[in-house]
Amino acid sequence: MTRHALPLLLFGLLAFGPREANAQPQPSADEFVPVAEAPPGEQIPAINLVGAAYGFVWVVLVGYVWTLGRRMSQAERDLAELERRRS
Amino acid sequence: MLAVAPWIIDGAPYESTMGLVQKIFYFHMPSAWLFLIAALVAGVASARFLFGRAPSADYWAVAAAEMAVVFGIITLVTGPLWARKAWGLWWVWDARLTSSLILWLIFVAYLLLRRFGGPGSDKLGAGMALFGLVNVPFIFVSVNVWRTLHPQTSVVPTLPVEMGAPLWFCLTAFLLLFLALMSMRAGLARQRARIEALYLSEEEA
Repeated sequence: MTRHALPLLLFGLLAFGPREANAQPQPSADEFVPVAEAPPGEQIPAINLVGAAYGFVWVVLVGYVWTLGRRMSQAERDLAELERRRS
Repeated sequence: MLAVAPWIIDGAPYESTMGLVQKIFYFHMPSAWLFLIAALVAGVASARFLFGRAPSADYWAVAAAEMAVVFGIITLVTGPLWARKAWGLWWVWDARLTSSLILWLIFVAYLLLRRFGGPGSDKLGAGMALFGLVNVPFIFVSVNVWRTLHPQTSVVPTLPVEMGAPLWFCLTAFLLLFLALMSMRAGLARQRARIEALYLSEEEA
């Protein structure tokens, strides 16, 4: 009895499984959906993206200039202190 | 120039299919070019440091590596903001985007190594920067060789004057900023090396 059960199960899966899967397609998580067809709630206005991009550029550049300035003034202070000790 | 750039970009015409969001291009592309130039400079300077035993080359390598991280993060953040509207996706794991992210991570690792690596990290870091250098031509040609959503390198020369002029203006502004920041950073590295030498001579005395 059990000797015939496995082949029958495999036959059943092969014969009816794909049909069942085709009958109810599952939406893929990474399926491509064009932005124009996306629900209105998921569409981001271009002005927000452009604003975020330009804002980010300014924040990074100003932040980097500020950290560089701080490190340079710290190095100058250290150098002045060392030279004062040596003289 | 950077302060005037938004007004010049605002005056540029809208691209027919992408509209307003395409204006991210005027900051995205110059930062991407400078990201690759910084990686090139860091790699060449590191090669000079490793094989030519030139200590000053290491100052330029550190400075260029920091520039690669700064302009790299600008590229990697502004690109997805543009792509979300143009492609409908924040990110795709294609050759251009993935190799750019790897290049950025190489230089982040380089800076972490230089900061926390202790003695000998200068030579190890120089080796890493050489890996970064090898990645640069791959990134540049990737859009022409592999299928990708990213525009090809042939787009820039075919731009109309009304769009090309703001782009070259922004590229010049970014390039001047890049040169100024890199020379300041190299000067800082030189000053730190001098401080270290003074500390050592003080300890020996």
